[in-house]
Amino acid sequence: MSTTSTTTPVAGAAPDPAPGAADPAPTRERPVRRRRRLSPGRRLPAARLAGPVLLVAVWAVASAAGRLDPAAIPAPWTVFRTGVHLWTDGTLPSDVLTSLERAAYGFAIGLTAGVVLAVASGLTRTGEALIDGTVQLNRAVPTLGLIPLFILWLGIGETFKIAIIAIVVYVPIYLNTHAALSGIDQRYVELAEVQGLSRWAFIRRIVIPGALPGFFVGLRLGVTGSWLGLVVLEQINATSGLGYMMFQAQNYGRTDIILVGLVVYGIFGLLSDSAVRLIERRVLSWRRTLSS
Amino acid sequence: MAPHTEQLSRPAAVRLSGLTRSFEGRTVLDGIDLDLPAGQFTALLGHSGSGKSTLLRAIAGLDHEVAGSGGLTAPERVSVVFQDSRLLPWMRVLDNVLLGLPGKDAADRGRAALAEVGLAGRERAWPGELSGGEAQRAALARSLVREPELLLADEPFGALDALTRIRMHALLRELWERHRPSVLLVTHDVDEAIVLADRVLVLDRGRIGLDLTIDRPHPRSYREPLLGEYRERLLAALGVTEDHA
Repeated sequence: MSTTSTTTPVAGAAPDPAPGAADPAPTRERPVRRRRRLSPGRRLPAARLAGPVLLVAVWAVASAAGRLDPAAIPAPWTVFRTGVHLWTDGTLPSDVLTSLERAAYGFAIGLTAGVVLAVASGLTRTGEALIDGTVQLNRAVPTLGLIPLFILWLGIGETFKIAIIAIVVYVPIYLNTHAALSGIDQRYVELAEVQGLSRWAFIRRIVIPGALPGFFVGLRLGVTGSWLGLVVLEQINATSGLGYMMFQAQNYGRTDIILVGLVVYGIFGLLSDSAVRLIERRVLSWRRTLSS
Repeated sequence: MAPHTEQLSRPAAVRLSGLTRSFEGRTVLDGIDLDLPAGQFTALLGHSGSGKSTLLRAIAGLDHEVAGSGGLTAPERVSVVFQDSRLLPWMRVLDNVLLGLPGKDAADRGRAALAEVGLAGRERAWPGELSGGEAQRAALARSLVREPELLLADEPFGALDALTRIRMHALLRELWERHRPSVLLVTHDVDEAIVLADRVLVLDRGRIGLDLTIDRPHPRSYREPLLGEYRERLLAALGVTEDHA
């Protein structure tokens, strides 16, 4: 029994098992049973890592048990040893650096182009008329299909690779930013008119913050796209870089080196995506009040 | 002093002459002639679709690309309170209040305005953290901080619960008495109009169907028997007949 013995029964409180209380007309009370929860419930700690860790564990166990052909899928420790070896002899760092440089240049150009075009086409009718249709046309052409043309135009050096990555990046950034810009709530536009904002103040206080969520969606797609473009370019048309390293390994049947390359790509992808998410969380901190 | 003589002695803050507005050939405002004296608290009643909001938006200068004619003068400093608080979710409450407000002392004036509507201490809150009533208070602060000569309110309490609405009525009236802007309150709530306003207009088919001066002392109670007469006249003008069973 509870220590605070109140005589008045409180609605919704746990049913009192003691029958002595002044309880007129003993209705058939049922203890409230909590309803079955249909949402997935609370998140497990470090839940996102659980799947990959399990996968590696299965891989390690299968390798140790000799169930995997080491020529097809070498054991995790072989891959690790090869990775350390490639890193210490200097081939991996220089390949990684080359790849990073390509991705960074292409990404920077694509990001700038995407944002500038989206702003120009989202905020002016002339810009929209000139730009939007053109970008939509560009989007309809698979960017990787442009590779042969770009090689003829720009040569097989770095320029064409950076150009392809930039195109892969700018398209999602443009599309999402433009959609966010043209989707600015009309009520906020009205508010800006009522408050007498100048055109510049309107852009700075309402248009840009309002379009940021869409921009970040595009940014994350763009980051992923830059790695995707990189992988394809380096595996077909490169003489250096991670993809080239993997391509060479294929010729010599070195699956361990191929796996090292894949792991490095994976780490890059994961890190860059996390970085964008982190920035997004900080910039859009006002949203947390809604979602949490 | 009776409001009628007051109306005659004070200059008009808003003057409409033959104001006409139409959407796609349908006439919404049909040649309205209307003077709103400076400092008067006016309520505008009407069915939904009667053109209340169109009239308010015309006075606010928000009706771009709407076909129309007629004369319209309004003061320089006009503030609008919307049905939704329309706070920008990415700005803290104080920054929302200061939106578009120039001047070095703007922040201090914003804080004072927030204190006036009972939101002192919430300056750093995000709009998403406010209740509906608080958000509407912040919206009131945003319109008051600009020291408007004319305050246009488009069903500002329509989305609030009944208890909050009563409190907001008192607050609005109190703020009006302190700052004395001309107020045009658009509402579909007859009681709200009677309790708050000194003059109630009924908009009917694009024209002012009834122009009623309510000459009763404030604060008014909903239960005040004399207000019942006004209520019936307004309901009749709105085409609603009460069934006294």
